[in-house]
Amino acid sequence: MSPEVKPDSLLNAEGLRFDGRRIDELRPVQMEVGVLKTADGSASIRQGKTYILAAVYGPRELHPRHLTLNDRAFLRVVYRMATFSVPDRKRPAPSRREREISMVIANALQPVLFLEQYPKAVIDVFIQVIQADGGTRCAAINAASLALADAGIPMRSLVPSVAVGKAEGTLIVDLGDEEDKYGEGDVPLAILPGTNELTLLQQDGSFTREELMEAMQMGINACKYLHELQKDALKRSYSKKAPEGEDDDDEMDDYDDDLETDLGEADIMEDE
Amino acid sequence: MTDFSSEIISHIDRGFVADLLSKGERVDGRAFGEYREIIIEPNPVAAKAEGSAIVRLGDTSVVAGVKVLTGPPYPDTPDEGVIMIAAEMAPMASPLFELGPPKEPAIELARIVDRGVRESKTMDAKALCIKPGKLVYMVFADVYTLEYDGNLIDASSIAVNAALLGTKFPEIKLEDGEEVATGKELTLPLQNMAIEHTVAKIGNHLVIDPVLKEAMVMDCRLTMAVDKNDNFTAMQKGGGAGPISLEMVDQAMGMALDSSKEIRELITSTMKNPE
Repeated sequence: MSPEVKPDSLLNAEGLRFDGRRIDELRPVQMEVGVLKTADGSASIRQGKTYILAAVYGPRELHPRHLTLNDRAFLRVVYRMATFSVPDRKRPAPSRREREISMVIANALQPVLFLEQYPKAVIDVFIQVIQADGGTRCAAINAASLALADAGIPMRSLVPSVAVGKAEGTLIVDLGDEEDKYGEGDVPLAILPGTNELTLLQQDGSFTREELMEAMQMGINACKYLHELQKDALKRSYSKKAPEGEDDDDEMDDYDDDLETDLGEADIMEDE
Repeated sequence: MTDFSSEIISHIDRGFVADLLSKGERVDGRAFGEYREIIIEPNPVAAKAEGSAIVRLGDTSVVAGVKVLTGPPYPDTPDEGVIMIAAEMAPMASPLFELGPPKEPAIELARIVDRGVRESKTMDAKALCIKPGKLVYMVFADVYTLEYDGNLIDASSIAVNAALLGTKFPEIKLEDGEEVATGKELTLPLQNMAIEHTVAKIGNHLVIDPVLKEAMVMDCRLTMAVDKNDNFTAMQKGGGAGPISLEMVDQAMGMALDSSKEIRELITSTMKNPE
C-alpha cells in the first residue's frame, strides 16, 4: 500500500498550490499519439502522475448483435482502472463508478463523431487507467479523442477536457489527487472548442451559482490550451511518419529520433 | 400509463414536442419551470422499515425505504457511520426496463441520488458513530421505481430525503462488547438536505421535470442538487450526448434555485406532520 500524506495546506500565503502551481496552471501534460500497434488508433496521456492509455477499434462489426443501432454506429466506451493504479488495490471487477464514467465519456465524445455514417457498426474506445492521480475522466477524454483521430475516424474536432475545483475557497484548475480528496469540490467538464459548448459537466462539493459560472469559464480557458496541446500531439505523430509513408512505427521512431539527435549535436558543434 | 414500449419515438411526436415548445407550451400544459404535482405519502412501510416514503411526480412514482443497522465502520473512516443509497429500475415500472443486472441508466440513477445525499453532507456521519473503530450505524436507503413517466432522478431524490427525514431507529450502546438497545428512539442527524432538480434541454428550450415524451426527445439533461443555503452540491449532465452552452447552464441553475425552496418545504411539512 503506497503511503498517502495529507498536505498541511492546499494553498500557501503567496497563492501557490501545494505542488507549486498557480491557481490556473495545469500539471505537466504529455500526450502521445499512436502508442499501441495493434489498435486502429491509440494515444497516451500523462498529466502529472496520472497515466492513461486509450485504444480505438472500428468502425467494425458489432457484437453482441442485439446492441445494433440501425441508423448509426454504437459508440462503446469502456473506462477501466488497473488494480494497482490507486493506493489500495482496486477490486478487479468493473465498479459502478467505472461504468458511470464510461457513459459520461461516451456522451462527451459523441457530439464530434459522425456516427450516422456507420449504421449498425461499433466504434470501440478502450481506456485503461494505469496510474490514477486525480482528473482521470478528463485525461481519458483528452486521450480518447486523440485515439479516435489516430484511427482515422472523421471528427468535427477534438474534445479537450479538464476539471476545475475549489481549495480553501479559491477556484483551481486541473485537480491533483490531494486537491480532489481534501479540496471542497470538483467540476469536470469537456468542451467543443469550436463553440465552447459543454459536452461533459459534472460537479460535486459545494459551490454558489456565481462560483460555478466562474469555474466553468476557467475550465473552458484551460480546455482551449489543452486543445492546442492535442493538435500539437497529433501533428507530431503524423509529421514524423510523413517522409517514408511506412507504417512500421518502431523503425521510424528510431530513425527519426537519431536524426534529431544528430542534428542537435551538429548544431551545438557548429556553435562552438 | 405511457404509450411507449420501445426506446423509439416517431418523427411526428418529436416534431409535436418541439412545435409546442417554440409556442411556449409543453405536452402536459405546464410552464417551462413548473414541476408536476408532487405527492408524498409518508411512512408506507411503517411496520418494517425505519423510514419510508412513496413519491408521485405526475405518473412517475417511486418508493424509498431506509434501514438502519449496526456494523463495523470502514477502516479509513473509523469514527463515521456508513451511508449507502441504491436505486433499482424494476421492470414493473416500464416496458422500457428489462430484467437482469443493472444497466448504465440504473447505475447512473443510483449514483446521482447517492451523490446528492453524500456531497451535501446531508447527514453528520460522525454522529452515526457508536464506538470509534468498532461499531457504527449503517444507513441504507433504497429506491424502487414503481411507474416511469420521466424524471426518476428528482422523484428518487425527494423520496430518499423524505424517508431519511422520517426515519426513527432504536439507540444502540456497546456494553462489554455486547450491543444493547437503550430503549430510546433516535432520528437521523440531518444537517443539510439537498434536493435534486433535473432540467431537460430540447433545442433552445429548457424545461424542468421532463415527462417521458420530453425525455425521449431531449438533447441532454442537467441534474443539479441544491442545498438549504442555495449552494450547488452536485451536478450531472446526462441523458444524451447533446452539448450545452454556458448560458444555458446558468439559466438551468436559475430554474433549479427557483423550485428548490418549495419542494424542501413540502418534504419537511409532510414528513414532520404525517396525518
